[in-house]
Amino acid sequence: MVEYERHDYDVIVIGAGGAGLRAAIEASARGARTALICKSLLGKAHTVMAEGGIAAALGNVWPQDNWQVHFRDTMRGGKMLNNWRMAQLHAQEAPDRVNELEEWGALFDRTNDGRILQRDFGGHRYARLAHVGDRTGLELIRTLQQHAVHNGIDVFMECTVSRLLKDGDRVSGAVAYWRESGNLLVFNAKSTVLATGGTGKAFAVTSNSWEYTGDGHALAYWAGAELIDMECVQFHPTGMVWPPSVRGILVTEGVRGDGGTLRNSDGERFMFNYIPEFFAAETADSIEEADAWYEDKVNNRRTPDLLPRDEVARAINSEVKAGRGSPHGGVFLDIATRRSTEYIRRRLPSMYHQFKQLADVDITSQAMEVGPTMHYIMGGIRVDADTAATTVPGLYAAGECAGGMHGANRLGGNSLSDLVVFGRRAGLGAAEDAAAQASAPEADDAQVEEIVAAMRAPFERDGAEGPYDIQRDLQDTMHNLVGIIRTESELIEAQERIEGYKGRAASVGVYGHQQYNPGWHLAIDLQALLTVSEATARAANVRQESRGGHTRDDYPGPNDAEWGNKNVVIRQGADGEMEVTTSPLPEMPADLQELFEE
Amino acid sequence: MSETANMRVFRGDGESGDWQDYSVEVEEGQVVLDVIHRIQATEAPDLAVRWNCKAGKCGSCSAEINGEPRLMCMTRMNLYEPGEQITVAPMKTWPLIRDLVTDVSFNYEVAKTIPAFKPRPREADGTYRMMQEDIERGQEFRKCIECFLCQNVCHVIRDHPENKPEFAGPRFFVRLAELEMHPLDTEDRLELARQDAGVGYCNITKCCTEVCPEEIHITDNAIIPLKERVADRYFDPIRWLGSKLFGR
Repeated sequence: MVEYERHDYDVIVIGAGGAGLRAAIEASARGARTALICKSLLGKAHTVMAEGGIAAALGNVWPQDNWQVHFRDTMRGGKMLNNWRMAQLHAQEAPDRVNELEEWGALFDRTNDGRILQRDFGGHRYARLAHVGDRTGLELIRTLQQHAVHNGIDVFMECTVSRLLKDGDRVSGAVAYWRESGNLLVFNAKSTVLATGGTGKAFAVTSNSWEYTGDGHALAYWAGAELIDMECVQFHPTGMVWPPSVRGILVTEGVRGDGGTLRNSDGERFMFNYIPEFFAAETADSIEEADAWYEDKVNNRRTPDLLPRDEVARAINSEVKAGRGSPHGGVFLDIATRRSTEYIRRRLPSMYHQFKQLADVDITSQAMEVGPTMHYIMGGIRVDADTAATTVPGLYAAGECAGGMHGANRLGGNSLSDLVVFGRRAGLGAAEDAAAQASAPEADDAQVEEIVAAMRAPFERDGAEGPYDIQRDLQDTMHNLVGIIRTESELIEAQERIEGYKGRAASVGVYGHQQYNPGWHLAIDLQALLTVSEATARAANVRQESRGGHTRDDYPGPNDAEWGNKNVVIRQGADGEMEVTTSPLPEMPADLQELFEE
Repeated sequence: MSETANMRVFRGDGESGDWQDYSVEVEEGQVVLDVIHRIQATEAPDLAVRWNCKAGKCGSCSAEINGEPRLMCMTRMNLYEPGEQITVAPMKTWPLIRDLVTDVSFNYEVAKTIPAFKPRPREADGTYRMMQEDIERGQEFRKCIECFLCQNVCHVIRDHPENKPEFAGPRFFVRLAELEMHPLDTEDRLELARQDAGVGYCNITKCCTEVCPEEIHITDNAIIPLKERVADRYFDPIRWLGSKLFGR
C-alpha cells in the first residue's frame, strides 16, 4: 500500500497561468471548495511571458471597433476552422474581462483622456490590444494572483499532476507529487479543470517555458477525452535567432504594431511580396499606404508586416531559404530607423533589455535578427463553448490546452483574452457541476497503486538510458519533420521515430533521491510530451491541405471543399492505440455568416 | 567557438552539502543557466535548479554567482574571464531545499497579509479614468518579477533571520508603495507598513536596488516615500495631536 496525502475538494484546477487562476477565482466565488495545483511557484507560469497585449473590442482608440469586427478578425485569422461559438463568446466577453482586471488592480497604459490604451497587432482591423508596455502577461498574472490570494483558494505550488483518476466514466480527481519531496498526493474532486498550457517543449526551437510539456492535453487524452486540431501549431514569426542559447525567445509582435518592419539582406521590405489573395483586399500594397496606416486607418489598409502570424512566418522561412536571410539565419526586424529612441524604450522596454543583455544588440540603433519559433498550439482538448466541458464527465479545460477557439491560427492578443474569458467559464461550469454531485468521490486504491508504480519505475532502472537524450531527440524530430513546412514522407518518418522514443521512454532510468530531482521529473513529463507529439504528427499527416499554422509542401493551399469544414479528432482507442478521425465543424448561424459577406 | 568553464556548484540539502566542481563546454552567447542545464544533461541529472522562462521574465532562477545575487538566465558567461572559476550557490536567506533550490514560501506568506486592492467606484460612463503620468510610478513597481533577490540581500533578514516575523522586506515595500500610489485604491495600509511590515527597520543601504534585475528604484521610489508617509502620519506632532483630539 503506497502512502499519500489525501485532499478532498469540490473543484481542482490544474495549472496556474491566466486560465487556471481565473478558473479558480470563479469556482471559489461560486462557493466551491477549490484547489489550484501548479507545477511551478505561483506567478511563474508561461502567461508571464506574454508581451504585446490582450485583445478586446473596447473601442477606446477606434470607436468603430465592436465585438462583431473582433469576431470576424478572429475567424478569418483562424482560416474559418474556429469553433464559431467560442470565437463569438470570446469577442463579446473580452471587454468585460479587461475591465475586471482593471478593477482588480491592473495598470494598463492610458489614452490621452485617461482610458485604457489599445495597440495595433497582426490580423486585427483596429488597434485593439490593451497593454502594459511589452509585459502585459506579467500584469495579467500578477493581478489575478494578487486577487486570488484573498479568495480562500488553496494553492499547491511545485506540485505536478501525473494522472487523472476515474470513477466509472467520470473524472474523480488526480494523483500528483510534490517536487520538493517527491511525496505523493491524491486529490478527490467532484470536478476538475485543466489549464496547463501548451506543448512547445516538444520542439527544439520554441518561445515556451519548461512547463509546456502538454500535460493537460495528455491527461485528458489518457482519461478518454477527445483532442481536436492537433496539427495546428503556430510558429511565431519573430523569435530571437542569435546567440544560439537564446534561439526561440519571443520578440513581441508589438515591435511591428508600433512601427517596426521586416527586411531581408537586400534591405527590401519583403512582406509586400507575400500578400495572400485571402487578405489582399484589406492589406496595403505600397510602402506609402502601409506607413500611413499607423496614423489613419480609415483611408489606408494595414501594413503586410502585420498579416496573421502564419503568413509572416512562412514568408520569413521563404526569404531565408532563398538566400536573402540575415547572418544568423533569420531576417531583420527594424524599428531603429523608424521610431525615436525615446519611443522605443518607452513602448518596448523588455525587448530593449532582452536584446541588450542577451545579444549585445541595441534595438534603438540596430536591427534585430529574428526567425520563426514554435509559440502556440491551436489544437487541444475538445470543449463545449459555453461551459468548457470536455467530452469526459467531470472534466473541464480552458486556455491553450483547450482547442477550437483559434481555429487553424491564433491572432496575437487573443490568447490572454482567451485565458480570462474561458478560464472564468470553466470555473463556473466546474463549480455548477460539482454542486450537482450528490456525493464526494473516493479514490480507487488499485488505480492509485498502478499510477504510482509507473511514476516510480524509472528509479528501479538505475543505469538505463536517462531522459535528457530522449527529449532532445524528440525535439529535433518535431522541429525537423513536423515543423513549419510538412510533407507526407517526413510525417510518416516522424511517427516511426516517435514509436522508437516511446520504447526508449518505457525503459528510461533515473538515479538519486526523490527530492527535487529534475531527471525524474523529466522522465514523467516525457510521457505527455510523447503523447502530444504523436497526436500532432498523426493529425498533420491526415489533414491533406495547408491551412493556418498547418502547412503541407505536398498539399499547398487550402482545400475548402474537402477539409474546410472538418476538425481532425484524436482519441485513445479501446486497444490503447491512438485513433485519428474527423468530425464536421459546428455550423455557424446565418446572422453571423452575414458578417463574412462583403 | 567553444570553451571550457570551471564551475563550482553547491550540492546538498538542508542538512549537509559541499561544493562540487564541473568542467563544462560553453558555447558563444551562453548564460549560466545553460551551463547548469549542460551539467544536468551530461553529468548530474539530479542537480536541482528552479527555472521557467529562461528569458528574464519569470524570476525563478535566482542564485548567488561568484557571490553576487543574480538571475542565472540573464548572466552571460562572457562576463567572466576565460578559465575563471565560477561559483554558483543558492540564495542564502532562504532555507535550502536541495542544491540551488531554496524554500521561498516566506514571501508567499507575507503576500497574503497585504490587504487587497480596493478601488473607488467607476465614473458615470462606466470607465476608470487615470492619466498616464499618474500611473507611471505604479507601473515601475509592477515590473517586479518576484525573483526575491531584493529580499535575499536585505541584511535585516539575511543576517538576522529572527527579524523575519516583523519585517516584510523590500519586495513588499514595493507592493505597499504601489498600492499607496494607485490612483483608484481606497484602502489604508500605512499602519500595516509601520507596524507589521516594519518599514522602519530599513536603513536605506540600497542593497535591494542594486540587485534588482528589473532596475526598479526600490529604495528611492518605494521605500523612502513609504517611510515619509509613515513619518507624516505617526511622527508629525501636529497630526499626532489632531488624531488624539479629533480621532483621525
